Amino acid sequence: MATTISLRIEFGGGLELLFSNERRHTITIPSVVPSDNNTKPPLDPSSNEVETKLADVEYLIYHLRDHLLQERAELFMENNTVRPGILVLINDTDWELEGEGEYVLKDNDEIVFISTLHGG
Amino acid sequence: MAPKACALCQNAKAILKRPKTGQQICKDCFFYVFETEIHNTIMQANLFSRGDRVAIGASGGKDSTVLAYVLKTLNERYDYGLDLFLLSIDEGITGYRDDSLETVKRNQQQYSMPLKILSYDELYGWTMDRIVSQIGKKNNCTFCGVFRRQALDRGAAMLQYDIAETVLMNIMRGDIARLGRCTSIVTQGEDTIKRSKPFKYAYEKEIVMYAYFKKLDYFSTECIYSPDAYRGHARTFLKDLEAARPSAIIDIIHSGEAFEVREEIKATQKIQQTCKRCGYMSSNDLCKACTLLEGLERGMAASGITDRARKRLDAEGPAPENLRTIPFYQPPSGSPTVVVEATA
Ligand SMILES: [Zn+2]
Ligand SMILES: [Zn+2]
Repeated sequence: MATTISLRIEFGGGLELLFSNERRHTITIPSVVPSDNNTKPPLDPSSNEVETKLADVEYLIYHLRDHLLQERAELFMENNTVRPGILVLINDTDWELEGEGEYVLKDNDEIVFISTLHGG
Repeated sequence: MAPKACALCQNAKAILKRPKTGQQICKDCFFYVFETEIHNTIMQANLFSRGDRVAIGASGGKDSTVLAYVLKTLNERYDYGLDLFLLSIDEGITGYRDDSLETVKRNQQQYSMPLKILSYDELYGWTMDRIVSQIGKKNNCTFCGVFRRQALDRGAAMLQYDIAETVLMNIMRGDIARLGRCTSIVTQGEDTIKRSKPFKYAYEKEIVMYAYFKKLDYFSTECIYSPDAYRGHARTFLKDLEAARPSAIIDIIHSGEAFEVREEIKATQKIQQTCKRCGYMSSNDLCKACTLLEGLERGMAASGITDRARKRLDAEGPAPENLRTIPFYQPPSGSPTVVVEATA
């Protein structure tokens, strides 16, 4: 299994404003990640007992907040997930049909985040 | 997870879970049910008659963009015989409204619908940029909300007068959402229609999904003067939106209240007086817009906001003769202009 996966990320509905005003991004994340969604694992080798899981959408949300988001994290994330009013699509399918945060990411998946809160 | 088949056609892959029903449906079935539900309620509520000129308040935002697209689609599919046009208000907000108007202009071409743009500047002699430079950001939403309401009615009336036919105004007050708290101010105004409706998140999802899958072109930036555009109070912001944000036409149409609204207007129009200065509907001698405009013109903008400031203005004497006023409002003759709004 490859150690990293590449993902296509798209933001819409005004959410792109929090991400350098770019709608499309390509990112690479580890395929195995800490279960606690820590996106900055300590370099200390004594901490290698940390529990891991396959990278899922929940982890991706943390990753985007920690590494891609430029401002106002509270408009993107709330209570360990995306803020209410943000729709998520996984390969053009409503994430509610794909297990939401528990969906295990595959190489080259496309994840779209759209805010419904901006602009009627 | 294995892909699920659509609950309606049992065939294609489901792409959406409907918030209202939990049904999992495919893209084509989603388009069909979304459009058909709007059609059914238009029929039930008897919203339109053949030959009606229907103005769609177009902000460039998602609600009015979806509304324009769906109405155009249904008008062709079911032969409503409607004459649709887009009506946009240019508040004069550099870097915000000028961008969203570009979206509306693209919509005009994409949907081949005529577009009328009416600006605060031509109507009131003030842009929002100028108003904010005089009064600051604190009460600017009050001005914007009041001015906008009249501008839409006046825009519709002008168009109706051009062709002397009944205008049925059907407005999505989409972009007020971007003005955040403005909505709650507007809803308490002297308006003929009660504009506040409970927020229905369910419809937001379908509207945004519809726009996404149809690849509709819409504009989604906060108004630069919105008090919430700068603050990080996500929770307050969300609460505000939940309490007071305009949703889509589906809300009002689905709620079956569109018909009630129509009746309500007829009833209120009889008892309402008109503004002595500009002829617009008003519950006082002067309508809100005239009051606000006088304050601006006399350099005492707060007089439109608080009673104390109003008294101070009155103490300065009557309005000068050469005061800038709003062109006299000619209410539509025949059947009233119906402003059906999709305020959630
Ligand atoms: Zn289907
Ligand atoms: Zn007036």
